Amino acid sequence: MNGPRFSLARLLAVVVKEFIQMRRDRLTFAMMIGIPVLQLILFGYAINGDPRQLPTAVLSQDNSTVSRAILAGLQNSTYFRITVLADNVAQVDRLLDQGAVQFAIEIPVGFERRLLRGEMPALLVMADATDPAATGNALGGLRQIVDSALAPLLTGPLSGLAPSPSPVELRVHRRYNPEGLTQYNIVPGLMGTILTMTMIVMTSLAMTREIERGTMENLLAMPVRPIEVMLGKLIPFILAGVVQVVVILSAARLMFGVPMVGDPAVLMLGLLVFIVANLAVGFLFSTVARNQLQAMQMSFFFFLPSILMSGFMFPFRGMPEWAQIVGEALPLTHFLRIVRGVMLKGNSFADVWSDIWAILLFLLVVSVLALTRYRRTLD
Amino acid sequence: MSSTAEPLAISVNGLTKRFGFKTVVDQFSLEVERGQIYGFLGPNGSGKTTTIRMLCGLLIPDAGHGSCLGHDIRTESWAIKQRVGYMTQKFSFYDDLTIRENMDFVARLYGLPGRKAKVAAALERLGLADRRDQLAGTLSGGWKQRLALAACILHEPSLLLLDEPTAGVDPKARRAFWDEIHTLAADGMTVLVSTHYMDEAERCHRIAYLAYGRLVANGTVAEVVRGAGLTAWHVTGPDHRIAVLAKQLEGRPGAEMVAPFGATLHVSGPDPHALDEAVAPFQSESGLTWRRGDPTLEDAFIHLMRGTEDHFAPGGRR
Repeated sequence: MNGPRFSLARLLAVVVKEFIQMRRDRLTFAMMIGIPVLQLILFGYAINGDPRQLPTAVLSQDNSTVSRAILAGLQNSTYFRITVLADNVAQVDRLLDQGAVQFAIEIPVGFERRLLRGEMPALLVMADATDPAATGNALGGLRQIVDSALAPLLTGPLSGLAPSPSPVELRVHRRYNPEGLTQYNIVPGLMGTILTMTMIVMTSLAMTREIERGTMENLLAMPVRPIEVMLGKLIPFILAGVVQVVVILSAARLMFGVPMVGDPAVLMLGLLVFIVANLAVGFLFSTVARNQLQAMQMSFFFFLPSILMSGFMFPFRGMPEWAQIVGEALPLTHFLRIVRGVMLKGNSFADVWSDIWAILLFLLVVSVLALTRYRRTLD
Repeated sequence: MSSTAEPLAISVNGLTKRFGFKTVVDQFSLEVERGQIYGFLGPNGSGKTTTIRMLCGLLIPDAGHGSCLGHDIRTESWAIKQRVGYMTQKFSFYDDLTIRENMDFVARLYGLPGRKAKVAAALERLGLADRRDQLAGTLSGGWKQRLALAACILHEPSLLLLDEPTAGVDPKARRAFWDEIHTLAADGMTVLVSTHYMDEAERCHRIAYLAYGRLVANGTVAEVVRGAGLTAWHVTGPDHRIAVLAKQLEGRPGAEMVAPFGATLHVSGPDPHALDEAVAPFQSESGLTWRRGDPTLEDAFIHLMRGTEDHFAPGGRR
């Protein structure tokens, strides 16, 4: 009956204290503000589920009014942005393999002549369909785009040739993933995201655990160099990462039927570099974080942009330019290109070298930062 | 470098360390000769741990300079780490490793040749052999302390820094621990040990007393007690009377320290006349036996601590 009554004053005291603590804990604060802002920007208007201005290579073997009209129509549709005028088929294949272009359009020899004869010449469209979401809408609108482009030309005496049915045969090749199966895109990508997640979280706890358990002081008092501690802590996780890879690759093959077109050795090289880069990020976090909770928070802070801006969740080319720039800085972006390139496109080492190089650069920067941040004293 | 005279184990001058605006260690200077057991005393927060950490390179002093075993504490911490054993105040080996795994880890870090034999010998020597496969986290305080000591001396350091090694350890284990320290010192190891226990201080060759970051006394136990310049009375009498007398004497000018030791009350102060005046009203009381006593080390420390306190007390000097 006379038990302590609820007190607004005490409640206020606690609320004030919590606010102060929240404000002091800058990292949590930054996450609470940063993550919604990031998500709003990305989901709200940045992520374009209908990506346009997709880089396109053109191999035109018929320099004619009709072919020029088709190319102009493609450009005007805003789906296609002609970035390369290719000279031969081999160059087109290479551009697609390297992911330099999303589409390649080939206008065969004598296209206009055959069109005027009513022979329904074929317009060959090759799409990089590793990510079906990126190409779907552009391909869907293609028939309409081509027909509209030709309509103004086919007037007067030629009106008899006006569409219905279309005067052109569209031959679309969905390269690398002919059935447009999304799991071909998702499963290799998942390997990247799972590795990012687990590798970073595990290592980010490495140093903070030492600090929280009070063993850091002893470790510092003994003669051991930062690089030794860093590598010593990373190597066990490399093995853990290899185990994960085996599991995911087996699942990709046995459960989802994802092919392995390229050389597994190239993929392994990419994997190794990628795993080490992620471990280095985790180690960097663990040298910055004061406790394990902060380390976890930092990991998620890194993980979130990684899945959102790497091309895992949304087509990379559907993102605005600034987001693509951020994405280019993330190892996952490059790893996705490597893993999809090797597994689906059969990329060789030369094809993926630029992405491996990018991850190596990232690794170098992060390692230097981590070793500089590593505390040699208790100061 | 001179080849005849070995450098001092510790020789530091004017070491100062600040954390923010707080000066934790202020102008600390000390010389410790080889083979000595040096007691390091002072109240909590007096800067003992910070000083020890500066000695072994874990903290960089803001001012001052010095050397450990002839190696500069600022620039040669790597060399110091090789030759110094540091036992932290809090157990800082790995709870999730067994005793032997912890020892192996340390032995590998120091690159000790004949690791297995060395570890086995160390475990044997400290009576840990039977428990070598037990997880360190499951050990009691006394056993953890033995493990920590064993790990710290595994690489046969020339200087051993012990930060309150016997806190929370039972008297028997403490006795065994100190016997071990004396054995090590006899073999030529220099030991700097911080402690709160007076009996432990009295087992040291020399002691240094730190209060509020300043070294306020330094020397043998007798020198430190003498240096405090105290005179003392010891009173015995009925228990309840002694308790009341302690209250009555407390706060009287001249009777700076009033401390009961069982049935005996120790009353001491720096000024003999003032002390005599303070106790005079009670000296004729029947049932109480008064005699001149020697001030204890504890009396000296409390006196020294109060003397320093005055300078730092809020409003004391501002």
